[in-house]
Amino acid sequence: MTPFIDALLLQAGYNAALVAIGAGLLGFAAGASGTFMFLRKRALVSDAVAHATLPGVGLAFIIMVALGGDGRNLAGLLLGSAVSAWLGVLIIEWVVRRTRLAEDAAIGAVLGVFFGIGIVLLTVIQTMSAGRQAGLESFLLGSTAGMLFQDAVVIAIGGSLAVFVTWLLRRPMTLVAFDSDYAAAMGYDVRRVDLLIMGLVLAITVTGLKLVGLVLIVAMLIIPPVAARFWTERASRVIWISGAIGGASAYIGAALSASAAGLPTGPIIVLTAAAIFVISMLFAPVRGVLAAVIRHRRFQARVHRRQGLLALAAAHPIREGYTLRLLAREGLVRPDGEPTESGRAQAAKIARDERRWDIAREVHQDAGLTGRYDGLTPIEEVFTADEIGEFDRRLGPPTPVGAV
Amino acid sequence: MRRQQPTIAAENGRTAGAALIPATAPLAVRGLTVSYGEKPAVFSVDASFPAESMSAIIGPNGAGKSTLLKAALGVIPRLSGEVYVFGEPIEKARARIAYVPQRASVDWDFPTTVMDVVQMGLYRKVGLLGRLSGRLAGVARDCLDRVGMADFAHRQIGQLSGGQQQRVFLARALAQDAELYLLDEPFAGVDAATERAIIDVLKLLKDEGKSVVAVHHDLSTVRSYFDHVFLINVRRMAEGPVDVAFTTENLQATYGGRLAATHLDELSVVGGLA
Repeated sequence: MTPFIDALLLQAGYNAALVAIGAGLLGFAAGASGTFMFLRKRALVSDAVAHATLPGVGLAFIIMVALGGDGRNLAGLLLGSAVSAWLGVLIIEWVVRRTRLAEDAAIGAVLGVFFGIGIVLLTVIQTMSAGRQAGLESFLLGSTAGMLFQDAVVIAIGGSLAVFVTWLLRRPMTLVAFDSDYAAAMGYDVRRVDLLIMGLVLAITVTGLKLVGLVLIVAMLIIPPVAARFWTERASRVIWISGAIGGASAYIGAALSASAAGLPTGPIIVLTAAAIFVISMLFAPVRGVLAAVIRHRRFQARVHRRQGLLALAAAHPIREGYTLRLLAREGLVRPDGEPTESGRAQAAKIARDERRWDIAREVHQDAGLTGRYDGLTPIEEVFTADEIGEFDRRLGPPTPVGAV
Repeated sequence: MRRQQPTIAAENGRTAGAALIPATAPLAVRGLTVSYGEKPAVFSVDASFPAESMSAIIGPNGAGKSTLLKAALGVIPRLSGEVYVFGEPIEKARARIAYVPQRASVDWDFPTTVMDVVQMGLYRKVGLLGRLSGRLAGVARDCLDRVGMADFAHRQIGQLSGGQQQRVFLARALAQDAELYLLDEPFAGVDAATERAIIDVLKLLKDEGKSVVAVHHDLSTVRSYFDHVFLINVRRMAEGPVDVAFTTENLQATYGGRLAATHLDELSVVGGLA
């Protein structure tokens, strides 16, 4: 456990600390910048973008070698990856706009074709005499552990830029993601906003390509916003929660992988993110599964309690065991099903409310108010005390329940 | 001999097309054609909606009612035609238009609250960085109040009923403080109370001198809600004040066999059936 805590506290050596910080920054940037691709329901475009970087890497290497340079120049390789990924984005956009193909087909085609070309190029490069190609495979799965200081600087700059643009343009991107027709009617250029959303994903992909590789960067773009969605009902907050989840999983994942030999950094980061996703899905208070189950159980209890009291008011026997237990626990009925004193009082109140609703439907013209009757909503939430007083005047004096 | 072109704009050249546009018309389209594939949904339609009144676009299902509205707004591409808003090309007059899309066109599970949606109507006004709090938050609240949804400001939109969702969309359009309101089936699938709330708001807008154009499907309410009707079935079938254009003949021409004579009899159309 101690090596993990050392790594978390950046005490596990210079290299481990650098990797943890760099990965954390990248995770935050990827989580925040991937948000709108998810909200636009195009998360899989990230996958195509990432795979479309590969031919660019290969071509850039070949061109740089042909020009007599060092094929492994990082700036050149990243530029190549950006160009080919952008080409992939434009092709997807074009296919969707100009043909009757659905977006998933366009994504699948671009992903497969570009990745295929990339693999062919990498194979060709392996037969080249340049012979210094050893590094290129790392673009597939990344080489987080081998991070240099300059890599961390690239991430810090590229990531900050992407996060800044996400923050700056959050309004048009939210509008297009939620209601693109309305955005177009207001005069926003929906196509350009969509290209911007894809451009952000592309920027993060290129920035993180060398570290986590094109396969795993996709996970860092998609998992955090999906997990963040469980915690909030507001798009503006999804951005930052997603960034926090991405940053935390990358930082913790890097520390985990530094704490034991043989743990690959990129995959551990993704697994950490997946763990946070599962926790969010199960336990997030806003939309988590557990919260939903609890809400449902509480609702069910309200329904049974109300039905039970109505049965008491009508002097009908209660046969459902759950209803009886519920009322008994609240002291409203005795174990034999007979109402207690407070049970009678509450049943009388509820029965009277029902009759008040009947009157309300007769005298009130606003169907919007009487339409709010659902058996559970207290009448006091819908009508004013004066209005209820008026219903009571028409109803006459209350009659006790159970009084024969 | 040159084959005669169907659109007025094409027929008379650029200058004449513009000259035909009444500068006061809040919305005028000339020679508008929209096609899905090679089947026109709207063909060479001319329309001009009057100012300070409520206009209905009516026609059978698939007649191109919504398509006409969306194409006029540039939400879907036009194959041909020109669109003028208060005599200007629409691109120059976006700020004067508010649009209420069909409720079913968005995902109501989107992470956003009622207040957030209404504030979207202010995005153009405040730009990228302008504050939505303070005075503008008051504007958004007023708009919610006008549609009777002030109590729901912080609800997630998915928790609303269909009618409530439609009111929120209307509040968002109100927030734009526009001069022309374009609504796509605002009464589709809403409860009676919402329908009345919406029509009250729209009539108030008209009284304030605003113009309203709505795609409408319920023929029985055309008379009581609207001043002007535009009948479409791919082509323009008839257009004019309700008293003049909402006639049995025009409805039969527009709806063909899809409108039973008995049904027509129930609509207090001009002339009625013999």
